[in-house]
Amino acid sequence: MTLLKSLRHSLALGLCALAVTAHAETELTVYTAVEAEDLQKYAQRFNEDHPDIKINWVRDSTGVVTARLLAEKNNPHADVIWGLAGTSLLLLKGEGMLQPYAPKGLDKLSPKFRDKDATPSWVGMDAWMAAICVNTIESDKLGLPMPTSWQDLTKPVYRDHVVMPNPNSSGTGFLDVSAWLQMMGENAGWQYMDDLHQNIARYTHSGSKPCKMAAAGETPIGVSFAFRGARLKQKGAPLEVVFPKEGLGWEVEATAIVKGTKKMDAAKTLVDWSISHKAMEMYNEGYAIVGMPGVAQPIEYFPANADELIIDNDFGWAASHRDAILAEWQRRYDGKSEAAE
Amino acid sequence: MLESSLKVAPLSPAVQRRRTFRRPGLFTVLLGAGCGVLFLLVLAPLYSLLSKAVENRDGEFVGLANFTHYLQMGGIESAFFNSLWVSALSMVIVVSLAFMAAWAITRTRLPWTGWIRGALVLPILAPSLLPGISLVYLFGNQGILNSWMMGADIYGPIGIVMGSCFWTFPHALMILLTAMENADGRHYEAATALKASGWRTFWTVTVPGARYGLVSAAFVVFTLVITDFGVPKVIGGQFDVLATDIYKQVIGQQHFEMGAVVSILLLLPALLAFAADRIVQRKQSASLSARSAPYKPPHNPGRDWLGAAMLTPTLVFIVAIIGMAIYASLVTFWPYNLNLSFSNYRFDLMDGGGWGAYTNSLLMALGTMVLGTALVFFNAWLMERTPQSKTMAGFFQFFALLPLAVPGLVLGLAYIFFFNHPDNPLNGLYGTLLILILCTVTHFYAVSHLTAVTALKQLDKEFEAVGESLKASRWRVLFTVTLPLCLPAILDVALYLFVNAMTTVSAVVFLYGPHTQLASVAVMSMDEAGDIAPAAAMAVMIMLTCAGAKLLQGALRAWLDRATRAWRRGA
Repeated sequence: MTLLKSLRHSLALGLCALAVTAHAETELTVYTAVEAEDLQKYAQRFNEDHPDIKINWVRDSTGVVTARLLAEKNNPHADVIWGLAGTSLLLLKGEGMLQPYAPKGLDKLSPKFRDKDATPSWVGMDAWMAAICVNTIESDKLGLPMPTSWQDLTKPVYRDHVVMPNPNSSGTGFLDVSAWLQMMGENAGWQYMDDLHQNIARYTHSGSKPCKMAAAGETPIGVSFAFRGARLKQKGAPLEVVFPKEGLGWEVEATAIVKGTKKMDAAKTLVDWSISHKAMEMYNEGYAIVGMPGVAQPIEYFPANADELIIDNDFGWAASHRDAILAEWQRRYDGKSEAAE
Repeated sequence: MLESSLKVAPLSPAVQRRRTFRRPGLFTVLLGAGCGVLFLLVLAPLYSLLSKAVENRDGEFVGLANFTHYLQMGGIESAFFNSLWVSALSMVIVVSLAFMAAWAITRTRLPWTGWIRGALVLPILAPSLLPGISLVYLFGNQGILNSWMMGADIYGPIGIVMGSCFWTFPHALMILLTAMENADGRHYEAATALKASGWRTFWTVTVPGARYGLVSAAFVVFTLVITDFGVPKVIGGQFDVLATDIYKQVIGQQHFEMGAVVSILLLLPALLAFAADRIVQRKQSASLSARSAPYKPPHNPGRDWLGAAMLTPTLVFIVAIIGMAIYASLVTFWPYNLNLSFSNYRFDLMDGGGWGAYTNSLLMALGTMVLGTALVFFNAWLMERTPQSKTMAGFFQFFALLPLAVPGLVLGLAYIFFFNHPDNPLNGLYGTLLILILCTVTHFYAVSHLTAVTALKQLDKEFEAVGESLKASRWRVLFTVTLPLCLPAILDVALYLFVNAMTTVSAVVFLYGPHTQLASVAVMSMDEAGDIAPAAAMAVMIMLTCAGAKLLQGALRAWLDRATRAWRRGA
């Protein structure tokens, strides 16, 4: 009996979500890959300025959210995407799923942090950049020197002590591979990865996993991203977050309106707010580089010159060569690595 | 009721056949409806995804181009063979251990079997993340038992086999216990009378009686392992298996068409296993006939000690993994700050939906349990105990077992494609709790179905025949004989669905909406954020809830057992 009631209740809830006009308060369904620990904060800050719009989050990792959005293409449920990788948004744009919109204050954004179209399909929030997580305790035990560059990681002393994400499974992994190829050039880039492969203990399926493994002492060195390293360090992990001097791969985290939303006004309000000065200050609490130049203050565990360290990432090149790069990577290092051992 | 019917002489086969073929109409229609329901829940969604295997990105038909492309990518051979041998090895280990455990529980006089049963099903009470964390804390580079690995690496096939054995064990045990519980004491009496040795009795009575269960358990474990990507993803390192290939294609690169290709390849071994299962099943006859006498193991301390010895390693392994997980949830920061506290249990401060997600999970699990148990049992009864044509029953069996061969990730995506389609009249379901319930019932349909069928098969067909001779309809026999006799199995199925709904992640991760976040998904996102201890804490909460359900179920079973003991003994 109670079950029937709860079933009916949930059905009603679902129908309510579909029915738009019933409430004075507008509810937006927002898909995101922003780290779960920040979601409440994002919604609260937004509601300080716009208490009449309620955000209902659907959060998951970048790959799952992207796959889900693509699968829902025929009948989208998200109104807004707030906090998804630029590469994913590029893909969604290619599928015609995004609504171009020029939010208020667009001119204040750095050109790198917006879709190139005159009326952009997405606008950037912050940059999410590569970093190496080094466990100081385990490194000391093994007598490993602190690496300072990507090249350092290929030294024989690090053999079997490095873990990195598999670019076929993880956006972070692809970001590294694409950055190496762009910085070093195609031939030297693959040569570098051949050398690095000798030192890799294993490739993981998730981009944050190498850093988590370093934090737990499962590996001394994890190639991962800065945000995770800094957060784990805050939580007490014996980590040193290293930013290799040659340059860092990075990816923009961005906002977009999903085409066909029935709540266009509220969606526009949210996107306007997402690139406001206040929002940029909020992103800066977790990220060293944000979309509006001049806003970012140096933050703990990040280098002060973060925006000099990131490479001049050619997202168009990376997107159009993605399949070929991944196929080559798989040919060289995947599966074969297992047989070689 | 049964007491009197037991004394009725069995009908001659000719009479039985005549009665069987007299009024098939209603039951055929009902099973047809059952097929229809499963068609909607399994085949139609699957088709909407798998048909992409022959399309390119723009939805144009490209024939087998995707298959050839996938085969040319290389590494596929290793993934395919890795999948096969890891699944086969896990299958052999799990089925042997589960059979030994089931034997020790049903054929010896060991005390506390209720508690032992409880401990042995612990693995399905816990979200799959827990064994992942525990195995690393036990055997990882910082693990307390790292030296036991003798330099080998837990991240790879060893980890996958250990993790897979852990979580699939209860599935196999449930099927084998059902198969062995209702033993016919007369066979053992005959063996004793013929002075057969214990060993010979084992091979001529016990094993043949459990044959159907053994084959089903092997089929289930093999398929579960080969389709699972949770364990290989967390602990498999770069060891390639087919299921992680799907993950790479779909989640890593959003290539749905390639994901569909791998899913179809994954169906092949499962279909072979299905065929093998069908062949053996055809030869199974009822072990609990209307004239059965329940088996009571005679006094034999040597045999009891043997049983204890066979149970101990499995018990120790399971308890160690669970114990380590509980410890992990109390530790401040493994392995550098081992202070213990309950602070990780303050979920309102954590991300991922907190207690709201927990409530949703509970509602979803209850819904799955009620809806699923009713659907599974009614359909299994129609298939087994009412006159049905072979074709119809075969079709139904195929529909019922198919979900087993489908990885959760594939099922979840398939549900989006099918149920979210604008032309689907059911698309209002999408985003509600009900779709989560339907998807979960489907995801776990196969093992529930096998358990129900195993239980029903053990009842002699004569029950219905006798019922008819007493002018009792099949419905009356269902409610007065079949259901009461099957109640233990029904309770097992209910618990199985409840706990799996509490812990499942892979399919529902694509289907939950803003108002239907689930605790099991919260566990994943906390772990992703590096909050291993709070993730373990939420996982332990889920496990405790499931353990509570198990205790309740155990109490019900014990009460039932007492209430019907005389009745079952036919005294």
